[in-house]
Amino acid sequence: MSSYEARFKVWRGDVRGGGLEDFAVEVNDGEVVLDIIHRLQATQAPDLAVRWNCKAGKCGSCSAEINGRPRLLCMTRMSVFERDETITVTPLRAFPVIRDLVTDVGFNYAKARQVPAFVPPEGVGPGEYRMMQEDVDRSQEFRKCIECFLCQDTCHVVRDHEENKQAFAGPRFLMRVAELDMHPLDAAEESGLDRKRAAQDEHGLGYCNITKCCTEVCPEGIRITDNALIPLKERAVDRKYDPLVWLGNRIRRRT
Amino acid sequence: MPVVDRQEWDVVVVGAGGAGLRAAVEARERGARTAVICKSLFGKAHTVMAEGGIAAAMGNVNAGDNWQVHFRDTMRGGKFLNQWRMAELHAQEAPQRVWELETWGALFDRTKDGRISQRNFGGHEYPRLAHVGDRTGLELIRTLQQKIVALQQEDFRETGDYESRLKVFQECTVTRVLKDGDQVSGVFGYERESGRFFVLEAPAVVIATGGIGKSFKVTSNSWEYTGDGHALALLAGAPLLNMEFVQFHPTGMVWPPSVKGILVTESVRGDGGVLRNSEGKRFMFDYIPDVFKEKYAESEEEGDRWYDDPDHNRRPPELLPRDEVARAINAEVKAGRGSPHGGVFLDVSTRMPAEVIKRRLPSMYHQFKELADVDITAEPMEVGPTCHYVMGGIAVDSDSAAARGVPGLFAAGEVAGGMHGSNRLGGNSLSDLLVFGRRAGWHAAEYASGAGAARPRVDDAQVDSAAAEALRPFSAESEEPDDGPPENPYTLHQELQQTMNDLVGIIRREHEMERALEKLAELRARARRAGVEGHRQFNPGWHLALDLRNMLLVSECVARAALERTESRGGHTREDHAAMDRAWRNVNLLCALADPADGLTDGDPVRGRIALTRETTEPIRPDLLALFEKEELVKYLAEEELYE
Repeated sequence: MSSYEARFKVWRGDVRGGGLEDFAVEVNDGEVVLDIIHRLQATQAPDLAVRWNCKAGKCGSCSAEINGRPRLLCMTRMSVFERDETITVTPLRAFPVIRDLVTDVGFNYAKARQVPAFVPPEGVGPGEYRMMQEDVDRSQEFRKCIECFLCQDTCHVVRDHEENKQAFAGPRFLMRVAELDMHPLDAAEESGLDRKRAAQDEHGLGYCNITKCCTEVCPEGIRITDNALIPLKERAVDRKYDPLVWLGNRIRRRT
Repeated sequence: MPVVDRQEWDVVVVGAGGAGLRAAVEARERGARTAVICKSLFGKAHTVMAEGGIAAAMGNVNAGDNWQVHFRDTMRGGKFLNQWRMAELHAQEAPQRVWELETWGALFDRTKDGRISQRNFGGHEYPRLAHVGDRTGLELIRTLQQKIVALQQEDFRETGDYESRLKVFQECTVTRVLKDGDQVSGVFGYERESGRFFVLEAPAVVIATGGIGKSFKVTSNSWEYTGDGHALALLAGAPLLNMEFVQFHPTGMVWPPSVKGILVTESVRGDGGVLRNSEGKRFMFDYIPDVFKEKYAESEEEGDRWYDDPDHNRRPPELLPRDEVARAINAEVKAGRGSPHGGVFLDVSTRMPAEVIKRRLPSMYHQFKELADVDITAEPMEVGPTCHYVMGGIAVDSDSAAARGVPGLFAAGEVAGGMHGSNRLGGNSLSDLLVFGRRAGWHAAEYASGAGAARPRVDDAQVDSAAAEALRPFSAESEEPDDGPPENPYTLHQELQQTMNDLVGIIRREHEMERALEKLAELRARARRAGVEGHRQFNPGWHLALDLRNMLLVSECVARAALERTESRGGHTREDHAAMDRAWRNVNLLCALADPADGLTDGDPVRGRIALTRETTEPIRPDLLALFEKEELVKYLAEEELYE
């Protein structure tokens, strides 16, 4: 265990274009890729743009692509690479570059706004909420999401298909719909909002063909596809085609 | 001067962590058009790193809990220096603030009967912390973020514009609070992405920027914690209170070096983890101070029984307030009984089954596995103190969160002083954000609506000089060539962090703090020559050069106040004045700019920019004092305070 010099290629540029720049940089015991980017800033490239915050894998700011794979810079240890390997760091591919490793992730904030918020149940005041742990477990798993947007970046529906962005919310926000749909006290249905149908009709759930790429890159280990997207698809399908559900809904609405 | 974009708002909230977002929600719900300025992306603020929970005396797990008990614990934790009215409001209102989060969609861990579960924490008499595993801060920020989106959706339905009444300005930094006479008139800032300047004109500004940890080398704080709000208030003419009190959290990671300082949540101890030295001894039993002797277990057996039978046993000393535990770890390491990398051992692996550890402490399991190759279900962690929180901050009115001396300025959360006295209890931070964030938003909205037609005017000269100040790092080479060469802001920052860590750290000595002040003067002079390359578009070197002003100002406050207070109390430990002194109990130290006219300039770097004054605190209200036993009060209060 000792220091060594690593070779890096870091994408530098802006909306007008750019390219990979070569660096040779010192690496010490236990460091992560973000440490190396910071060392480049402090010693070789003071204006190298990178987003980061907590450096502990909790805020989801330092998302980028390392050797082509979407990852958090702060949770990628240098020890996973060979010492003679050249490490390539590029910005998230699915979003427009602002500068160097910083991209415009506004797409995600726009999509977040399109998901109707939690609807509190009527007649249940603050302090009166009662929910069993086993009933909140599922939504709690989705609320572990740190909004790093790696799943949004890797999802093939939008990764190389800009034209799909309009109609498709992406795994993160389909998971948000699932989270609210599975919330034991969400009163959306009572207020006339069908979250399952909205997932299908308004957030593009149908585009997802469950290749599980999102689950693979999730730094929180959330089983996005298995636990959020597939169940949501099943429920949406039930809702759409099941004549009994259809009839039940008609009857309930009349009362 | 460059053209500066101007907008009008009623309330501007600087900071988008828990306090800022809660303030914004409140101000908007009370009818004020509200702008929130966010240094990073929306939802990434440092609040996400809070792990353990939100302290609120809901009494869900132990029905004996109530606001009075919470108030007592908070005052004890702060060694009675707390602004007692804040501690009272905080203890009374915290449960409402937590319950309200549920109505906005938060999902806390549950008790068996379906209520919000509460966990034990240092200094809290009963299980009190509402939590979600060990990621409570994330739940808090996400819930507030989603509440803001919900309000924006409402506005969209009514006005067709999501941002008509509540707008979040992402990745923007405020460098000046602007004033019209003695009143607030707005803020000046820049967009990090483009480097463009902007002015938001508003009669009321809420500062909620968090802490100052980035002035120290070993810290659990994120890059945003550069003391911006503290400095903005100082420069606007508001005093800072008790800046000597800095909390060193006892358990930060110590290895590998690149993660040194990252927090290891107190929940590890709350849920049963124990501290051991290199001899395998649970050393905390040797460090129970006299004021806490009756409240903590005398033997390991008693401490262990407490987890299951808290009514008949006393809690283990691993759950003493943070200042006590941090000092004890420091002493063990100094005595040569530390772990291989200069900490001590924190062990849960022998205390509970692996499955329980993974369920209750998932982020800790993940963090150690990923960053240190340590499996905490099989081996102990190595931990040591890390700079975590500043108790000092902007001096505020307890009820309204209004900053003293500057009409229209409000402050809430870590940046505000007083609430926690000399030491904050774990879990009291998230509740503080909610209680006083709401109060700041409420009173800012009320103040702004009172301003009516007579809105304060933004002075062009102030905007021009703020722009010139912000641009100076780009012209460092051409200006004042005789002073010396341009300085690298990264180098200056590293020297500042080393200085504060070594000379104004966890254990303080007079001559070291004097040296720190000399070094700070040198750094101030060099910081005037901090130069940057490139242009204004997302340029981190430039951002750091601007943040340095704030870190240097705040560091000087910490060092001067620490030198002045010749006693040890809470987050201020003097080797040369090792005891707590009752005569200091009712003394506040206030920091202000030495030369108030110096507000918009840099002043003389050598002379020092901060002047200290002492102030006697308001006597604690008798009905609150009556909540304590006389025998306990005599340990803290001076004779004359007791007999009034």
